[in-house]
Amino acid sequence: MKLVIIDYGAGNIKSIQFAFKRLGVDAVLSNNAEEIKAADKVIFPGVGEASSAMKMLKKSGLDTLIPTLKQPVLGICLGMQLMCLHSEEGDTDGLAIFQTKVKRFSNSVKVPQMGWNVIKDLKSDLFKGIKENEYMYLVHSFYAEHCNETIAATDYEINYASALQHENFYGVQFHPEKSGKEGEKILKNFLELNTNN
Amino acid sequence: MLTKRIVPCLDIKNGRTVKGVNFVDLRDAGDPVELAKQYAEVGADELVFLDIAATLENRGTTLDMVTRVAEQVNIPFTVGGGISSVEHVDALLKCGADKVSINSSAVKRPDLVNELANKFGSQCVVVAIDAKQVDGHWKVHLAGGTIPTEINLFEWAKEVEMRGAGEILFTSMDHDGTKAGFANEALAQLSATLNIPIIASGGAGNVQHFIDTFKEGKSDAALAASVFHFGEIPIPELKKELKKHNIEVRL
Repeated sequence: MKLVIIDYGAGNIKSIQFAFKRLGVDAVLSNNAEEIKAADKVIFPGVGEASSAMKMLKKSGLDTLIPTLKQPVLGICLGMQLMCLHSEEGDTDGLAIFQTKVKRFSNSVKVPQMGWNVIKDLKSDLFKGIKENEYMYLVHSFYAEHCNETIAATDYEINYASALQHENFYGVQFHPEKSGKEGEKILKNFLELNTNN
Repeated sequence: MLTKRIVPCLDIKNGRTVKGVNFVDLRDAGDPVELAKQYAEVGADELVFLDIAATLENRGTTLDMVTRVAEQVNIPFTVGGGISSVEHVDALLKCGADKVSINSSAVKRPDLVNELANKFGSQCVVVAIDAKQVDGHWKVHLAGGTIPTEINLFEWAKEVEMRGAGEILFTSMDHDGTKAGFANEALAQLSATLNIPIIASGGAGNVQHFIDTFKEGKSDAALAASVFHFGEIPIPELKKELKKHNIEVRL
């Protein structure tokens, strides 16, 4: 199993690497196109601000590479948001893998949403063995609107897409690497997905 | 629904938890990693590590500890104590800390909050505020509460929110150590004034205090140390009680 975590200078990727290590997999951090293409599985992380993250992706040419990947790719948090069409954060165009837009929560709720909330209406092998209304850890100010690619939903101010899937591309708004044992199950499920590379 | 969070706080000195922990099942109660794992196991929602004797010299020891915690603990954690520069925060986050908490350094140089939020994102910037009432007014105190200032708690909290803080950790020095309950009136006022999450700290003594701080204090999270460390309030039971009182918690 060759697992690559895309390292484009965005956020804390150490926790993701450690989480996979707890599952017995040594993930490689890389921004090298050949290395990413050759991986069995790819993690697309992201913490921080959308427009500056997108700038960093463009700088390394990863914005054109990522949508062409054939193996399972998992976007986490901002990574998932950048895989959408557009984000209100910094008025940023995304990679357009998921046909939905990313909006900001209104100030009628505390922003960021920070803490544990449930995921429901689960619809993917990614959630094998995860029960409806399982708690996951989330930290975010922007959310993806529902679309045909929604595979999990969460309520905070409104009902939004907390996970998305399009073919081999998966995205989760929550942090499976910080969501206890249940989060680790999701990472394990991702590792067990068929690799079509 | 987003749940209320229960947050044990561990005091750290030279990479070890300071005495004041009495956990039955631990091989080494001084090992922050073992303690953290145990807390994650019993349902703590996140953890705070407070380096109470942070100096430039022992920074490396703390970074090692943060790495070991990040390697082995699968819930989020915050590191605080003696943090005053962007470089220090960068090092802590690279070791795997999820959030950092700054206190006196933010008062001394408020731009630090902006710099951290811009570079790392608001989600990892917790501003800790120690305050107590002086002649009926909540005044911010520095250096572990030893130095009084003329700064008003609510104005300061609002200012750091505007500067990009993602969360406020408010410790009432009037309540800390009393085990007589949290400063719910001030907490509720903070929640009404700000639009970011508030962590209540100082005063936890029994289960009712947690119920009160979530209901009356409108707190988003409650932090405590000794009641958890000495097993006076087991976290699973606390959460069951909160649930019974219609407070959303992760069970």
